[in-house]
Amino acid sequence: MNDKRVRALLPIVLAIAGGILIFNLIAFAFGEAPASALRLAFEGTWGTPYGLGQVLFKATPLLFTGLAFEVALRAGLFNIGAEGQLALASLVGGLVASKLPASLPMPIALPIVLATAAAVGAFVAFIPAILRARRGVHEIITAIMVNRIVDAILPWTFSTVLGSSTLRTADIAPGAALPRLDRVVPSFAGSAASFAFPLAVVIVFVAMALLERTRLGREIRWVGFRPEACRAEGIDVERRLLLAMLLSGAIAALAVSSTALGYKGYYELGLGAGAGWSGIAVAMLGRGKAVGIVLAAIFLGTLEQAGLAVNARVPKEAMDVLEATLIVLVAVASRVAFKGARAATNEGPEPAPPRDKPTPTPASEEARS
Amino acid sequence: MSSIFSLTMLAESIRIAVPYTCAAIGGVWAERAGVIQIGLEGILLTGAFTAVAVTHATNSPTLGLVAAIGAGIALSLGHGQLTERARVHAVISGIALNLFALAATRMGLRALYDSASNSPGIEAYRFGPTGATGGAMLLRVLADPVFFLALAAVAATPFLLQNTRFGLRVRAAGENPVATASVGISVTRVRLTALAVSGAICALGGAHLAYDQQRFESGMSAGRGFIALAAVVVSGWRAGRAALACLAFGMLEALQIVLQDEVRKTAIGDLIQTLPYVATLLVLALAPRRAGAPEGLGKHAAD
Repeated sequence: MNDKRVRALLPIVLAIAGGILIFNLIAFAFGEAPASALRLAFEGTWGTPYGLGQVLFKATPLLFTGLAFEVALRAGLFNIGAEGQLALASLVGGLVASKLPASLPMPIALPIVLATAAAVGAFVAFIPAILRARRGVHEIITAIMVNRIVDAILPWTFSTVLGSSTLRTADIAPGAALPRLDRVVPSFAGSAASFAFPLAVVIVFVAMALLERTRLGREIRWVGFRPEACRAEGIDVERRLLLAMLLSGAIAALAVSSTALGYKGYYELGLGAGAGWSGIAVAMLGRGKAVGIVLAAIFLGTLEQAGLAVNARVPKEAMDVLEATLIVLVAVASRVAFKGARAATNEGPEPAPPRDKPTPTPASEEARS
Repeated sequence: MSSIFSLTMLAESIRIAVPYTCAAIGGVWAERAGVIQIGLEGILLTGAFTAVAVTHATNSPTLGLVAAIGAGIALSLGHGQLTERARVHAVISGIALNLFALAATRMGLRALYDSASNSPGIEAYRFGPTGATGGAMLLRVLADPVFFLALAAVAATPFLLQNTRFGLRVRAAGENPVATASVGISVTRVRLTALAVSGAICALGGAHLAYDQQRFESGMSAGRGFIALAAVVVSGWRAGRAALACLAFGMLEALQIVLQDEVRKTAIGDLIQTLPYVATLLVLALAPRRAGAPEGLGKHAAD
């Protein structure tokens, strides 16, 4: 293996090793023998086909939210509003799916629901996006405000607009439902993994390839780190920022496929909550590569499922502590590896953008390292 | 409508504004020193939890307050170590700090009180007259030691920043870290000191929040750290104006509470809860573009 690949993998290995160490410390603090807690965690996840299916189920929304954070990060934006984007999109998507006629075939029903959800997700992302592009207001502050507003809109929609006594939609039309994976892998029986997982993996690979290979994808990246140079080149910076954020919101919204469509068969308040935050960890661990994002989502899905497996003895919240720590660990570890790489080769890690004398670090790399 | 212009309303506004103000003053200290700090939310939350946990264990709100301040300083310095020494991107470190605080306090609730939502009640400070009149409420709010400390922080911050050698260094590190380093001042040390002050004041706000409710609730900071950041931006990174913006926010929230009963019957219903957030968005949208931001915000002396 060459040096470059080792340097790319080293931060992940270091971060995961640190993560296991911290998990052991937490388990120990709760009076558990570390090895036994680890064994319990393993048995509940990769130890059985059911556990594995649950891991894939937990990983699916994270694939979407991780990709969403990555897309915005390419433009130097931090979309921490995925939580609200996904929630409102899931509500509207679930409502639309429940209103569709039962006879509508899947090739028509599913795209309608997914497109609706994506549009709502983009709409929710539009508010921080336009304020950032036009007014220069940092998207982090505004995205949190929007999240809080969505938090209030959801129960209000159920109680006031729909006059419903429950906080859930009606069952979705059969054509909008994604079948479970146990249809093709019988041993997953009982687990909630659905065809949303392969769908998500395909979307991650396609989106990442488009970001790398298309002009628009490259422009999104350039505006993130050299807005002035891009303006001089005639690239409409504001429009690219806006687009990256809307795209990010739309992708986050697609996570509804794994919750309402692939799992419950309806949307209820709180379904999919938390995926927006975990997506940030997925993008950080994924290192800007499609394979990385998929592996990171599966890893964090494993953590979530493992949390449930050990919950009786070590609180599952320990896994969230671990997740936050991993974000920092991988950033520190890659900073060290990044510094080493620069010292060794004495050049930047990225190809130079147009008309740029020194090789700068793209915003996404800057944030990751 | 007469209830809107009353001593009760004033008391409520001040009481609600304290955590916002503490977080905003904390934000001013961090960002005037040049460190982007979006982790205020997490420090508020940790401050609240620590204050309750220690008060519950020792029956002393003063010890709880001291512990909260200690926890705030520790977290803030952790952020500083990551951004200034390890050179982790400050936004990433801040996001991680917030996620960490939310998860760790929830884990703490499970570990200490075997609850997923809230701690048992605590006996916090009780000063001032009893009674439900507006005057009595106002006196109780003003006699609270945490409020007094917060007020002192608001008053001292502009003075320290403008008139002391340390304040000058903080501003220099925030405006131009390269020039500051070139005259032999350690930018890292100045920033870490400013972050310690920032964390202490912000945690004070967390303690106020918890003592006000007389218990800790999971996620009780509820976005206050981010509204405080908005206040910092709108104020042009000036402590006095940021405190006024936070007071205006306290009034809005108090207004929302007063209106809640009346509005709940109408079609707006629970949407009235979004008033503070909608107002923040509007103010941010209408405020002048990034006026007064420290020039060296997020920049390092050497890289």
